[in-house]
Amino acid sequence: MPADIALRAKGTTWKVSLTTEHPLVRWGFIALALGYLTLFLFIPLVAVFAEALKNGLSGYVVSFMDEDALAAIRLTLLAASLAVPLNTAFGIAIAWAVSKFEFVGKQVLITIIDIPLAVSPVIAGLIYVLLFGLQGWLGPWLSEHDIKIIFALPGIVLATLFVTVPFVARELIPFMQSQGREEEEAAITLGASGWQTFIRVTLPNIKWSLLYGVILCNARAMGEFGAVSVVSGHIRGLTNTMPLHVEILYNEYNAVAAFAVASLLTLLAIVTLAAKSIVEHKYVSVEAAEEPLKTH
Amino acid sequence: MSFALKQPSVLPGFGLTLGFSLFYLSLIVLIPLSGMFIKTSTLTWAQFWETVTQPRAIASYQLTFGASLIGALINGLFGSLVAWVLVRYRFPGRSFVDALVDLPFALPTAVAGIALTAIYSSNGWLGRHLEPLGIKVAFTPLGVLVALTFIGLPFVVRTVQPVLQALDKEAEEAAITLGANRWQTVRAVILPELWPAIFTGMAMAFARAVGEYGSVIFIAGNMPLKSEITPLLIMTKLEQYDYAGATALGVVMLVVSFVLSLLINLLQWWSSDRRETH
Repeated sequence: MPADIALRAKGTTWKVSLTTEHPLVRWGFIALALGYLTLFLFIPLVAVFAEALKNGLSGYVVSFMDEDALAAIRLTLLAASLAVPLNTAFGIAIAWAVSKFEFVGKQVLITIIDIPLAVSPVIAGLIYVLLFGLQGWLGPWLSEHDIKIIFALPGIVLATLFVTVPFVARELIPFMQSQGREEEEAAITLGASGWQTFIRVTLPNIKWSLLYGVILCNARAMGEFGAVSVVSGHIRGLTNTMPLHVEILYNEYNAVAAFAVASLLTLLAIVTLAAKSIVEHKYVSVEAAEEPLKTH
Repeated sequence: MSFALKQPSVLPGFGLTLGFSLFYLSLIVLIPLSGMFIKTSTLTWAQFWETVTQPRAIASYQLTFGASLIGALINGLFGSLVAWVLVRYRFPGRSFVDALVDLPFALPTAVAGIALTAIYSSNGWLGRHLEPLGIKVAFTPLGVLVALTFIGLPFVVRTVQPVLQALDKEAEEAAITLGANRWQTVRAVILPELWPAIFTGMAMAFARAVGEYGSVIFIAGNMPLKSEITPLLIMTKLEQYDYAGATALGVVMLVVSFVLSLLINLLQWWSSDRRETH
């Protein structure tokens, strides 16, 4: 510690490190930062549950007895159960291609994955309306064959797919790139098939990263509002997802019911944040455990 | 120098995984997006220009970009502070606070929208105290700013945090031993390292805010020319079956988004370049 040595050379006895601030400044900064986070994060979070429980626990439970609320929950679960596995398969496939091989145009491909994050959710919905809506490119053909995509489940799933395309891929790519390809190459040279290599070698390595990607993808899939709002048509009990149902209830001045449904989505968000902390903790301990091995 | 498009490898699955990825991306992302540009080409240039420069559209750009910019600036300042406090100081509840920072990523936008509206409306927890002071937040452009600040909050924190963590304390200690005081050290040694990350985070927060819809529409009041954001105007045009108008505005937003992504990529390249030269 050069600074400590310098201090001792000056003959000072106090043990305060010079690379930090005066305690008063420190606590002032902490108070300011926490104040900001309280204002923008903590109060809104608490408000959701406070508003949902305004009429007590019975009022809260009654909100879920409603047939339309249950239909919205079912639709959200259904759409997510279709969109999340597809995007997980895509995420694994593209992460394998990008992290295990060198090829021309790789950087462009990685940039394309991020497009849905840069695009407004409203536009994500709009592009599917232009394709499959009544006035869209395929609209006349679809209505002739009596296939409904917009204002029906397929449109909701498509909009959800678009918005959540990057999540699993973005978690896996940097992680698998940092892992390299030696272990897989060893497995293949020892005679394992590609599938065996993936299941026995790659998957155990990436499982936490993959799990977090899936949880993140699922949270966004269940919570997506803008894109789904454009393609859903807001038909109560039929094409209303949970976030859309929250909007309808809120606009009908049924605040308690709106916040009750919102509280379920908030719990999902809290689970997602907890999952992130756990996964990060896992990696820190894995790295710490592997560290002594690497130094040999 | 080899002219092969792919370097040889013993690992299998290249054709399958890349083929599936390209097919999937084309089907879900690229083809639908390009359909939008084709749709705009059904408008003449004059029609397109008239649609995207209507007073109502101009007012919506001013609100959307103005509020997004101010939100990004607020988050640039407080996000850096939060990152500093989380990396440099130890206090009770630090890891809880660290996890909570990502809430705007994880919370559905509609939930954020109704929660912020409930807090800032005239009988809400904060609105109740602000209204007597003459400050109206809910159903005004100020409400738009609050929502856009909320959804942009994690970006600066998450871009600055790793840079601060990786920062060598030796440079700071050297500055101190050379006689610099703490403020001089922060300004001349630490801040120059952080600027690329702060700008990247602000650009990301800005880009996210420009396209935001769900959290804004509840708190904005949505008055045309006053508190109507561009994504909502697109939605309104869609509901009136004005597909061409909605698409024209959509293309404007899309072009802005792409320019912003390019800028963010340049900023990231700048910051990684800086770190490597050290």
